Amino acid sequence: MNKIWFSMVIIGMFVAIINGNANIINEVILQDTQEAVVFAIGLVGLMSVWLGLMNIAQKSGLINKIAQITRPVIKKLFPSVPANHPAITAIIMNMITNAFGAGNSATALGIKAMEELQSLNRNKKTATNAMIMFLVINMSSIQLIPLTVIKLRIDTGSISPTEIILTTIIVTTISTTVGIIACKALEG
Amino acid sequence: MMDTISILIIPIMISIILIYGYFKKINLYDTFVEGASEGFKTSINIMPYLITIFIAIGMMRKSGVMELINTIMEKPMLYLGIPPEILPLALMRPISGSGSLGILKDILTNYGPDSFIGRVASTMMGSSETIFYTMAVYYGAIGVKNTRHTILAALLSHLAAIIASVWLCNVFFN
Repeated sequence: MNKIWFSMVIIGMFVAIINGNANIINEVILQDTQEAVVFAIGLVGLMSVWLGLMNIAQKSGLINKIAQITRPVIKKLFPSVPANHPAITAIIMNMITNAFGAGNSATALGIKAMEELQSLNRNKKTATNAMIMFLVINMSSIQLIPLTVIKLRIDTGSISPTEIILTTIIVTTISTTVGIIACKALEG
Repeated sequence: MMDTISILIIPIMISIILIYGYFKKINLYDTFVEGASEGFKTSINIMPYLITIFIAIGMMRKSGVMELINTIMEKPMLYLGIPPEILPLALMRPISGSGSLGILKDILTNYGPDSFIGRVASTMMGSSETIFYTMAVYYGAIGVKNTRHTILAALLSHLAAIIASVWLCNVFFN
């Protein structure tokens, strides 16, 4: 992350200056950082709701039920996570919300999942195999219906705005599979 | 049908959790508050990480670097059979969600949503995610610094999505 961040900032500023766009540097520092703050503050409410619900699910034993049902798949993907660990419920709820396009709820549950995975981590500064697997699956997108894309297609006058649903689902499946294989191969 | 499920999924999940908890005689009110009190801490914890990554993403997006990379990548991408028209989208997608949505809108407006380019772009957009931003939020929240092979695996998965979009749209729509 260190090298990537440094390169992105330095190259960005350098190109901006050469292009005679040095003023965008100020714009980025002022506007984009503000966006980050607004996003984090906006997450407080949603995060609280899902953590409240997760707490109920945990104390009522619902979490153990879900963990039992999904055990076969989860065990293959996340072998280092114990069967009844709360991380599993957070991961599953994150995947469900993601699949149905509730992006911000998915983020709140995803952060919860990462915190639970971190509690199993011996070296707190280094990502575990389970964390990487969870993130890569997340970043290959498991959304079933790409609502934003469909809306944009309608807005631009498509005759068949939903015809890309099937191709999207197939491509997502392919890219998620590639991501999982890549993770397993790189784990070492 | 799927649209309805998408809208109902959150209320369904909340109902299941609450009803199950009620019958297991959990004090719902207190237990919810207890969990919710963690929410504020976590959201504020990720703020510095978000600011840091937003600066880098902003610099890349607005400085003209992306246009430069486009020019360099055009030839090798053509070699892989990827139309140069969708290259800006393929490059922006892992970096910025709002940025790539803007590019998709341009592509659909310029080439038409029902053109080959339009279909490939739509498929690609729906089947991939913003990588750098997601990493910053999730790893930032728990303070992990060494991300090991996360970026490499995620980029491989993204590359697979690009190639598969082009290939599948060829099979399906031609």
